Parts: sequence; structure tokens; C-alpha cells
Amino acid sequence: MAEIRNYTMNFGPQHPAAHGVLRVIMEMDGEVIERCDPHIGLLHRGTEKLAESKPFNQSIGYMDRLDYVSMMCNEHAYVMAIEKMLGITPPIRAQYIRVMFDEITRILNHCMWLGAHGLDIGAMTIFLYCFREREDLMDCYEAVSGARMHATYYRPGGVYRDLPEQMPQYDKTERFSDEETKQRNQDRSGSLLDFIDAFTQRFPGCVDEYETLLSDNRIWKQRTVDIGIVTPERAKALGFTGPMLRGSGIEWDLRKKQPYDIYDQLDFDIPVGTNGDSYDRYLVRVEEMRQSNRIIKQCVNWLRSNPGSVMIDDHKLAPPSREQMKGDMESLIHHFKLFTEGYCVPAGETYAAIEHPKGEFGIYLISDGANKPYRIKIRAPGYAHLAALNEMSKGHMLADMVAIIGTQDIVFGEIDR
Amino acid sequence: MIHQNMNQLVLTLEPMLGNTLLSHQINLGELTLEIDARHIRSACETLRDQAGFDQLTDLCGVDYSGYGAEDGDPWSGERFAVVYHLISYHHNQRIRIRAQLPETDPSIDSVIEIWPAADWFEREAFDLYGIIFHGHPDLRRLLTDYGFIGHPFRKDFPLSGQVEMRYDEEQGRVIYQPVTIEPRILVPRTIRKDVFNRGDNEPGHSAAAEDNA
Repeated sequence: MAEIRNYTMNFGPQHPAAHGVLRVIMEMDGEVIERCDPHIGLLHRGTEKLAESKPFNQSIGYMDRLDYVSMMCNEHAYVMAIEKMLGITPPIRAQYIRVMFDEITRILNHCMWLGAHGLDIGAMTIFLYCFREREDLMDCYEAVSGARMHATYYRPGGVYRDLPEQMPQYDKTERFSDEETKQRNQDRSGSLLDFIDAFTQRFPGCVDEYETLLSDNRIWKQRTVDIGIVTPERAKALGFTGPMLRGSGIEWDLRKKQPYDIYDQLDFDIPVGTNGDSYDRYLVRVEEMRQSNRIIKQCVNWLRSNPGSVMIDDHKLAPPSREQMKGDMESLIHHFKLFTEGYCVPAGETYAAIEHPKGEFGIYLISDGANKPYRIKIRAPGYAHLAALNEMSKGHMLADMVAIIGTQDIVFGEIDR
Repeated sequence: MIHQNMNQLVLTLEPMLGNTLLSHQINLGELTLEIDARHIRSACETLRDQAGFDQLTDLCGVDYSGYGAEDGDPWSGERFAVVYHLISYHHNQRIRIRAQLPETDPSIDSVIEIWPAADWFEREAFDLYGIIFHGHPDLRRLLTDYGFIGHPFRKDFPLSGQVEMRYDEEQGRVIYQPVTIEPRILVPRTIRKDVFNRGDNEPGHSAAAEDNA
């Protein structure tokens, strides 16, 4: 009889389904995974150590680069930790803007996840559909902050500036006739809020399109139903949060349970799964997109009728306007001090967590009273999820590994930090 | 058992933990328990089974050397610490545990059997701070390069690192060499205490700004 042995197989780090730079060493018994050992850290930049050498505000940009598909949510946790230690509360309008952009970010993230997950397990069209909507939301990012991805828009004490009154429009090019250009600019004739409003009208229909492609698709179900089942008890023990936890049937969402900013004044529901498999987690995330859309709608309505300040009026923390700075000596000094030295945060420690699209994203901040953090620990949701890859993939086929990596919504920026 | 506030929670936890609990602080509405590092496993077991803290949210190492040095008010405890963040889903409550470890022997019992989530968090703390977790089944480096030497998040490890990598034309391969970056500090660390009187305020306003006005 021939000798049968397990063999070891390498997956990644350069593989389209590795979602970045994941390397997995798998021990295979035929085509069944016996054990797997993820090797991470190929994107480790030492964000936490870098932050220790910079004034607080200069690290906001690093936060964008953690989970680089949900940029503003990362910033939110960081500025919340600083605000908590400073004992300041941003103006209500800034809180609404933050919540609106958090939810825009959630849709951005889930579109990216759905497109990539679909592509990984054989559905091409969904990727194109999702990126179509992502493009509009990227334009919102660009309109408000000047950058399509790495926005650096939130600040301790508010947001960098108010929403623009004018949405940028497409120029006429050779590719499009006058009529077509007019068509493309139809939603862009008003303010950013008008553009977002038009998006929220359109988006539920887009989600319906995604669902017609996948929800009852035979191949999609064969690839996801009963794949990577996690029981509620194990999900808790393994440190799962966000859709990974809700997919297993635990109704837990920090936006409801420990509300921050103005989430307690908004009306939305928390979807939960029942079986804890990849298909349930897909359903949970798709429903989350619809709920995010609802939240955005409520924020747009509030923001339309409530103009006001979007930044705290304390020039020790927020720079004075350019005009003030040019005309007033004290403002000039504040401006100079803020940009050369920054501000000091009282000694102590805090942990601030938000409901990030991937789960609980937390910042543990230790300050010794200086103008730079003493220690920052970033609690990335994907880190705990990926640590459970071995347990989730045991006994599954090699091809299911791709589906499990997909369902975990892995992004290496936040895992490797 | 629903704890109304942190003070009540402390009163419930104190008899459970007994002398494993060294002290506690409540700051910014967050409870920090200082636990004797030698008894961390039994303390954590108590917290999970009797107090209902069913998830380990986060675990990290901290290096306190140089804490408050500019201020003339240095850290009085041991150099290293392991900080655990726990959450109770049932009571909707978070606590933080700190166990201090001496510089000469930074080692502590692993809590992986209590919360499996500790696996990678402990590997990370070992990798970045050199803290040894007794009883961890697979304590390997996680985030740093294969063959990395040192523990990069310790305060005495330079920000620019020790080695850099480049392609060597002559040898026809990638080589490591001592780092050539000049370390520089753009903004010096400063501690100022006169701006701390903010406290709870109306949204959008701060007490410090009103004092100035």
C-alpha cells in the first residue's frame, strides 16, 4: 500500500485572495486542511511606536492608513480617546457629521468587502457593481476633505471644516457629449448634502441589485452556507466583534449598547444571524448597508436644518481661522504654539472604542501629560478574527480557505499596524 | 447582578479577588484593577466565572521606563506591565487589569486557557516587549521580520531600528546592514500643566476658553 502523508502548503503572501500580504502555512490531508498557521506582520509599520514620537494631531493621518478601507472610523476612535482625556465634547453638528461619515465609511467598507469576497469565490459582476457605488462615496470623501481615501478629517474637538456648499462637477471631455456631461452632473448641481441625499435615494435599489446577484445564487450558497461556522460561545471566547459576532447570533453593537456621539438619537436596527456561517455573515453585512443608509438619511435631514459650528472654540486645541490669525496677535500665538508644539493631554489612561465596520476598534491611550502620547495600543477587530483562522478552517477544503478569509473581512493595514 | 456604577462594581469584585487585588483606580469612568502578577491566572478565572467578564477585548504590553521623566514625577511601579481589557456582555461593562512585571524577569502566566483570544495578543506582547507568557503553547514572534533581534516597542529601542535591508549588486541578493538614517526629533516632548482645567462642558465649548475670554 502506498504511504500517505500530510503535506505542507504555502499560501501567499502574494495572492489575490490573501487580501494583501497574508501568508498561511497549511498542513493538508489531501485537499482537507488539517491545521493552518497564518504569518502576519509583512505590513507592520509600527504605527503605535511612530505615534509616540509625534504630537497628538500628527498621528490622525496614520489612523487612516490602519484599516485603509474604513478610514474615518479609525480616526473617530483616536480622536474620541483624546477628547475623553481632555474632557471636551465636540459641537453637536460635528457629531452628526462624524456619524454620517462613519456610516458612509461603513458602506464603503462593506462594498469593498462584498466585491472582493464575491470575486474571490467566483462572482465577477458584484465587484463592478460595488465599485460603482464606492466611487460616489469616495467623491464625498474628496469633497469634504480633499482626499479620496486618507482623509484626516476628524480632529479632537470636531471636524476639520464644515460640509462644502458646492459639490465638484465633471468637466466636459471628448468622451462625453454635452447631454451626457449634464446627465453625469445632475446630482452634483447642489451641495454635498444634496449629493449624499441623492445617493441615499438610489442606494437601496443598488443593494437590491447586489442581492439579486448573490442571495439566491446557487453557486454563492454552495460556497458560503455552512462554511466557517462559529458558535456564539466560541465567538465570544475568541474575541470576535462586529458582524463576525452578530453573524453567530449575538445581538451586540456598540452603537446601541454603549452609544457614542449622537447614535442614541438615531433610529436603526441591528441585524443578527442564526447559524454563524459565512452566508449569515453575508446577510448581516448586506442588511448593515441598508441600516447605514437609513442613518445617513437621518443625519442629512438634521444637518440641513441645523447650521452651526463644527469645531470647539478653544484655540489651545483648534487653530484660529486664517483671517483671525493675520489680524490678532493672540490668535497668531495660538496658531504658532498649536502647530509647533501641539497641546498637552492630562496624565492618565483611557480606552475608547467604536463600532467599526469590522468590529470593535479601540484605542488604548496612555499619556504622561506631554504633547505626545506615552503609549497607544490599537485594538484592531481583524486581529482577533484572523487569529481564529486555524479554528475556522480546520476540516474544510482548500478552496474554502479563500471563502473564510473573505468572510472575515481581513485588511492588513489594521492587523499588522 | 447588574452593577449600577463603578464604585459598586469594585465593592462586588473586592471580596472575590481577595489579596490578588493590590489596588484600584476609577478615572474617566473607567475602572483599573492592579493585580498581583503572580496570581494573574486565578484572578482572571474569578473575573470570568464569577463576575461575568466573558471576553478579553485586548491585551498589551507597556514599557513605563521614562514615564513622566520630563515632569520630574517618574513612574513608581515596575518597568513593564501587561494591560488586559475585559468586557462583560451580560452586564455591558468594561474593566481594565494591570499586572506589573520587573525589568529583570518580565514574565507572567498566560491566560490563553481562560480566554482563547489571548493567543495572538500574548504573542504580540512577547514580540514587541519581550514579555514571557508561561503556559502559552506557541510563543513565537508574530509581527516582526523572520530572524528579527530585539523587542522594538521597548522605550530603549531606537525608532529608526537597528538594521536596514537593501539589494546588493555584487552578491546578487538582499542583505541587512546597520541602519544609516540619522535619528531626529522634530517636536520635543513637553509637559505643560497649566492647560488642564477643562472638565465637563457643553458640547463645543471648553472651560479653558471661557477663562481666557
